[in-house]
Amino acid sequence: MKVLVPVKRVVDYNVKVKAKSDESGVDLANAKMSLNPFCEIAIEEAVRLKESGIANEVIAVSVGSSASQEQLRTALALGADRAILVETDLDAEPLAVAKALKEVASKENPDLIILGKQAIDDDSNQTGQMLAALMNASQGTFASDLKVTAGSVEVTREVDGGLQTLSLKLPAIITTDLRLNEPRYASLPNIMKAKKKPLETISTDELGIDPSPRLSTIKVSNPAEREAGIIVESVDELVDKLKNEAKVIS
Amino acid sequence: MSILVIAEHDNQDLKSATLNVITAASIIGSDIDVLVAGSNCSSVSEAASSIALVSKVIVADNPAFENCLAENMGSLIAEIGTNYSHILAAATSNGKNCLPRAAALLDVAQISDISAVISEDTFERPIYAGNCIATVQSSDSIKVITVRTTSFDSADNEGGSASIEEISQGSDLEISSFLKEEVAESDRPELTSADIVISGGRGMQNGDNFSLLEGIADKLGAAIGASRAAVDSGFVPNDMQVGQTGKIVAPNLYIAVGISGAIQHLAGMKDSKVIVAINKDEDAPIFQIADYGLVADLFEALPELESKL
Repeated sequence: MKVLVPVKRVVDYNVKVKAKSDESGVDLANAKMSLNPFCEIAIEEAVRLKESGIANEVIAVSVGSSASQEQLRTALALGADRAILVETDLDAEPLAVAKALKEVASKENPDLIILGKQAIDDDSNQTGQMLAALMNASQGTFASDLKVTAGSVEVTREVDGGLQTLSLKLPAIITTDLRLNEPRYASLPNIMKAKKKPLETISTDELGIDPSPRLSTIKVSNPAEREAGIIVESVDELVDKLKNEAKVIS
Repeated sequence: MSILVIAEHDNQDLKSATLNVITAASIIGSDIDVLVAGSNCSSVSEAASSIALVSKVIVADNPAFENCLAENMGSLIAEIGTNYSHILAAATSNGKNCLPRAAALLDVAQISDISAVISEDTFERPIYAGNCIATVQSSDSIKVITVRTTSFDSADNEGGSASIEEISQGSDLEISSFLKEEVAESDRPELTSADIVISGGRGMQNGDNFSLLEGIADKLGAAIGASRAAVDSGFVPNDMQVGQTGKIVAPNLYIAVGISGAIQHLAGMKDSKVIVAINKDEDAPIFQIADYGLVADLFEALPELESKL
């Protein structure tokens, strides 16, 4: 089977992000960029399916600026066979990304599309669900376990209060939660090999997609700072403060 | 302007998250309908009809909706939703699963996890794990929105007498099916609606040590949470995770035990009214946002705390 893995270039999760002083956006000048952590989990799952003989090809795809080639090379170093960049200089919203991915999927005909449940920049948590809707396909969001069988996939999902297991007809869209797997690190030989793997670039125009945004960001501000309180010396003092000062326990 | 709120329920009880969404809806406008899609869910539609702010309850009672499968729910919401200017659901695992699907079918954007309503088309939402707050304006004809429940008070669930309308729309698309659910049975309150939450982090060292939190939780009537580090280390299941990638909580009292205070954890709990941190590392970032900090070995502090409550 063929597995498509959409990935996103985002600010590295260790970067402490702040709003620009004029509140026109997020200050990302010189910030380190990385592959979105949930996308790493998606690549890992696809590569494991290939290693176990279930999948025979893993294709990474990204919708973004030419700089996203860097993250596609990372995906290739982690084990993807080839990569596709759908290039746009617009900051594509989830709906536009889903539309572009649908066009890629209609060319590639993957059996399974695995992507991260959310990107850690805009925290939208939408793209997988939207792609599934546009393809009229099944979806298994927030996956913590996958079992592929003939014509279907059994997915265990992290839901409020526990775990839910669904059976999905293929093609299916899976979005990854944290516990699905622990991604590997790319080895140096694999990073070198990744430079020679095929990376194709197409434009949103060629796909017939209008990536213009539906939302406009009016401002981006820093949240109200919470001030540090006091250090108590003992458990007794803590209990006293909670009862008599904060009055949150009785 | 008319607003459709998607009810969160388990076919028996209307979940309190719905009441927070109703409050968010009431800031946008006053014409609020509630969609109850489920199977044998009449008790839910009755509960929804008694919410004072609700005009009409629309009930789609069909086995296709028993387990809230996103494929079936998304199509139904998109079909009913064309009559509305706004469609709102809680940013719960069901809301996050179903609503983007409906938005895509309607060819509109979704505005995820709003924390404030500025006007009928402008909303605030946290981005970058809550490190920034974006104010966004939608140009779509239908605004599809998920609501951060901790940012809005509960609407009054009494005093209303909304009409109940049964509809026949919706069917099983037969591309997905429910196999099983393993829900952790607990007498404790739900994490996202508890008045008090006590959470453990990597400092707990293993899953067994979470029993140290249980005695305190029982005495305080608290829910038990965990940091992502504790979940990643396999101490406890992911449904206990508080943070950017887990649950967002804002209780009256949040007690963080053995949690250093990574950005991604703070994103899930920094709106709590009172925050207590217990950590043996006095330089832990959690102390910078805690109202009360106790620098102590948790294995000594927790038994003492339990005995003194």
